Amino acid sequence: MTSTHSLHLWLLPLVPFAGFLVNALLGRRFPRALVTAVALIATLIPFLQVLGIASQFSSLSLPHLEQFGTWIAAGSFHADFTFALDQLTLVMLLVVTGVGFLIHLYSAGYMAHEDGYWRFFAYLNLFMFFMLTLVLAENYLLMFVGWEGVGLASYLLIGFYYTRDSAANAGKKAFVVNRVGDFGFLLAMFLFIAHFGTLSFSSIFSQITAHPELHGGFLTAIALCLVLGATGKSAQIPLYTWLPDAMEGPTPVSALIHAATMVTAGVYMVARTHVLFDRSPLALSTVAIIGTATAFFAATVALVQTDIKRVLAYSTISQLGYMFLACGVAAYSSGVFHLVTHAFFKALLFLAAGSVIHALSGEQDMRVMGGLRKKIPVTFWTMTMAVFAISGLPPLAGFVSKDEILYHAFTAPGPGKLLWFVGLFTAFLTSFYMFRLWYLTFFGENRAEKAAAHAHTPASSHHAEVDEHHHAIHESPWIMLGPLAILAVLSVIGGWMGWPEGLGGGNWFGHFLAPALASQHVAEAGSNSLEVTLALISTLVALAGWFLAHLFYFAKPELPEKLSVSLRAFYNLLLNKYWIDELYGAVVIAPVLFLSRFVLKGLIDTGVINGGSYAAAYTTQGMGAIVQRLQSGNIRSYAGWLALGAAGLLLLTYFGFGAHLSLR
Amino acid sequence: MLNDHILSLTTFVPAAGALVVALLPRRGRVIQWFTLLVSLLTFALALHLPWHYVYGQSGFQFEENHSWITSPNIRYHMGIDGISMWLIVLTAFLAPLGVLASWKAVETRTKEFYFLFLLQQTAMIGVFVSLDMFLYYGFWELSLVPMSILIAMFGRERGPQTALKFFVYTFLPSALFLVAILWLYAKTGTFDFVQMQHILAQDSMLFAPKALMWVSLAFLVAFAVKVPVFPLHGWLSDTISEAPTAMAMVVAGKLGLYSIIRFNLGLFPVQAREVAPWMIAIGVIGILYGALLALVQRDMKRLIAYSTLGHFSFCILGIFCFAVMGLDGSVYQILNIGISDGALLILAGALYERYGTYELAAYGGLATKLPNMATLTVITGLSLIGLPILNGFVGEFLILSSSFRTHMAWGAAATIGVILSAAYMLSMIQRIFYGPQSALVANRPAYDVVAREQLALWPMALLMLIMGVASPYWIRAIDGATHELANGVHYTMSLAERR
Repeated sequence: MTSTHSLHLWLLPLVPFAGFLVNALLGRRFPRALVTAVALIATLIPFLQVLGIASQFSSLSLPHLEQFGTWIAAGSFHADFTFALDQLTLVMLLVVTGVGFLIHLYSAGYMAHEDGYWRFFAYLNLFMFFMLTLVLAENYLLMFVGWEGVGLASYLLIGFYYTRDSAANAGKKAFVVNRVGDFGFLLAMFLFIAHFGTLSFSSIFSQITAHPELHGGFLTAIALCLVLGATGKSAQIPLYTWLPDAMEGPTPVSALIHAATMVTAGVYMVARTHVLFDRSPLALSTVAIIGTATAFFAATVALVQTDIKRVLAYSTISQLGYMFLACGVAAYSSGVFHLVTHAFFKALLFLAAGSVIHALSGEQDMRVMGGLRKKIPVTFWTMTMAVFAISGLPPLAGFVSKDEILYHAFTAPGPGKLLWFVGLFTAFLTSFYMFRLWYLTFFGENRAEKAAAHAHTPASSHHAEVDEHHHAIHESPWIMLGPLAILAVLSVIGGWMGWPEGLGGGNWFGHFLAPALASQHVAEAGSNSLEVTLALISTLVALAGWFLAHLFYFAKPELPEKLSVSLRAFYNLLLNKYWIDELYGAVVIAPVLFLSRFVLKGLIDTGVINGGSYAAAYTTQGMGAIVQRLQSGNIRSYAGWLALGAAGLLLLTYFGFGAHLSLR
Repeated sequence: MLNDHILSLTTFVPAAGALVVALLPRRGRVIQWFTLLVSLLTFALALHLPWHYVYGQSGFQFEENHSWITSPNIRYHMGIDGISMWLIVLTAFLAPLGVLASWKAVETRTKEFYFLFLLQQTAMIGVFVSLDMFLYYGFWELSLVPMSILIAMFGRERGPQTALKFFVYTFLPSALFLVAILWLYAKTGTFDFVQMQHILAQDSMLFAPKALMWVSLAFLVAFAVKVPVFPLHGWLSDTISEAPTAMAMVVAGKLGLYSIIRFNLGLFPVQAREVAPWMIAIGVIGILYGALLALVQRDMKRLIAYSTLGHFSFCILGIFCFAVMGLDGSVYQILNIGISDGALLILAGALYERYGTYELAAYGGLATKLPNMATLTVITGLSLIGLPILNGFVGEFLILSSSFRTHMAWGAAATIGVILSAAYMLSMIQRIFYGPQSALVANRPAYDVVAREQLALWPMALLMLIMGVASPYWIRAIDGATHELANGVHYTMSLAERR
């Protein structure tokens, strides 16, 4: 299988890992410039290598496998360090290394004044190592290394400002909630081993392909376990709760890990496993329903959030829901396409939001922003591109990929029309809340100066990113604006490579991925009026959202206030995120703690088990006292008792106590 | 040449060292240095074993078999297979680390401490090498005595009570165990493990049908208490909490688990199968019970104790599924826990040396002051909660996936432990190292990990990583032995079924 020349795929993850080791072990003593250089080079090399691979991609025989030894071998089971390269992997590699490098670059400016600079870059490189392992892995076990590893990097980076309780809590929450998902992933792996005897992708998928009669049944069980894993990593219902809290991390982390790359791992995994999902309609519908519900639900919460990063966090959850919807209607390449365009515009949104926060010396509350359009023009214009893109205005990237998903949902059998409608309505909400953010941040009067008159409340300056000596609102340095500009260009043109055939394009992206994601549900080619109509409707919906936001937050800024008063109950429901966190606390965490603390610890461990042992101890002490009375020497008395006991038991044995005291 | 005596040497070098310690003057740190030297020498000798081990071959190696006492027929029979080999290396590896961990913690009565410490080493290694039941029993009992005295003498607050509890817990079942050994001798006329294995496998008519079950249970209970297994763990949290670090590191787990594998699976495969459903249930309960109790502990050492209970319950689960994969995973997990739990105890002890308490509530925000300590604790914690590419994952994965294959519901329930372990371990790390600094941390000056501690902890951290990525190096030796065990079970089962 291995092609004649090696691509040295092992270098891809190991170079960032080396960067991690250097900065983690020595970074504390390095000057900042050296830390930056190490981290950037450790990300640039893999990016260049991926570009090199892409340039000779057509000459490779795919999938291209490279094996580097055995990781675990026990009994008949073994799992190897094997990397695989195919079209899907290449797309992921380009996104991870490309966007990853841009965000590293941006971070060099954004984090310039932070303590623990070396630590930040060490963690970032560690993340790259695990993420690249995740997308390159040729078996589930190695994928799980990346899967849990990115969770670790996320934990470390969310808790970067660890002296704040909120950050430390958020990091732990992210890890533990992800572990719930990983529980599903583990069960899926156990099922794979039990049924296929291996975890290798090629081997499992060829076995499934070779047995067309396999349908549903245990395949559904495996698929549903994997879905549980994916909902954890990709922040879908019911395990999405960690992602909004993850905003405690520095903003570049939110861009890289909690928007562009790590959270898309669930989508990647489902697409990678499409052979299995195609055999399980139930699992597919589950994915579609979870995705649609999450997209809608998160969008409603985003409507009322006032923290700029939280809006983007819920928006990310919502957009990931679209990708799930795509996978759920077996339009995997559309899901991956949206993953790519989303990586561009959502990374840009976060980075631009970071630039805004940077300009306002750590302020994240949109209520005290406003009027920044003229003050930070580059940030404004780049962010505008991202807002247009995510709102689905043609011909930007978000329009193309989201529209393709809605089209596939519409044409899907079963409840497809319903999924399409909810998706469409969510698109309207998306457009509304994104333009709300846009207006609140950049238009109207500057509310920041007004707020500055008030003392710095703990709530408004809770970010350690606060730079006390910066008062004037200032544009960010070039090292931050450069990545913004590049991502802005990609947010505009990034969708064109997948322009649907139904709208007169070539859908080059879909055709490129087709060999890797060959699905039973092959989309039909050729221009058709249905797709044009749907695209038109989407565009109108996006414009409607813009119009409404314009009305609410530009033309008549007093309207939202009135509306929130008249719809108080509903408003509070959204503002408090449907009280889901509180619900989980009451239904899951509190009972577990109650059980552990009072039933297990208080009653069983202290009462029964310890009580029993103390009773035993007292008995022995009593026995010892008797023995001491009978005998003079302690040792002799113990030996005597031992012998006596032994003799007694031997006698019992001799008379066949086995016959009387049987187990059965 | 050396191969013929290596096991005796490895076993008795610490004991000889103990005798010298008894004669050394109580001046400066002479005794510490000497003990360190002896334990390093023992470790070097132990490393001879994997170096010269013939891989891919079943049966015992480096055998020494001499007649010792003719009547009763007791032989000086030693030998190791892939399982006991790595356990000896682990024991010998932990010994110098134990000395380093005790360097500052034990300042008074050092002669007594290190004398007993070395005696304990001999006892533990002796348990792993003995192939004569009488010899084995001698070492087994010997392993209880220095431990009890050390806990009584060097316990933190309630040493004597804890020592008594430990002794009663472990000694009483051992007496029963002795009776079982004597009964077997009476029936078979041999103490030799290999001969007895043959007789038990082939001459099953020799025994009343239920008798062997009772004998095997006497073995099992003695071992299960020593592991410990739920609900026989009453001594564990007190002992771990009271015992000096070097003893807490070795008191649980490997001796009991090894003995279960060697004797319950090796001698009584049919009976082990019969109790397997119970043991699997107990294992899974222990996993969840240990994790849930760890979740609500207020004391660092008690938290570690309950997490240990959970971790060793994984091994019980893996052992009693009778599959090569699960057995490999269990043995590997004994090694992993020995290292990672040991490291965690050293770290906890180091915190105690600095701040004088194990109360979690007293700590907070320590990472800023002791960054290296925080790093090492995080790595150790991640290893214990089974993060892939660290050692703990390999063992847990093999155990869980193997048990899932044969006992799906139990395997799935045990996997919940993976979630809970992350919860309690990260909570502990957070409470000690993250958040704002507590009054204790802010007011008391403290130094970060010193060279002596680095010397102990970094090799452990490195091993966690190496054992996480290069598991075949260890498992290829274990695999040979476990294949035989799993197959032996099948062999005798079919015999029993034929009858």
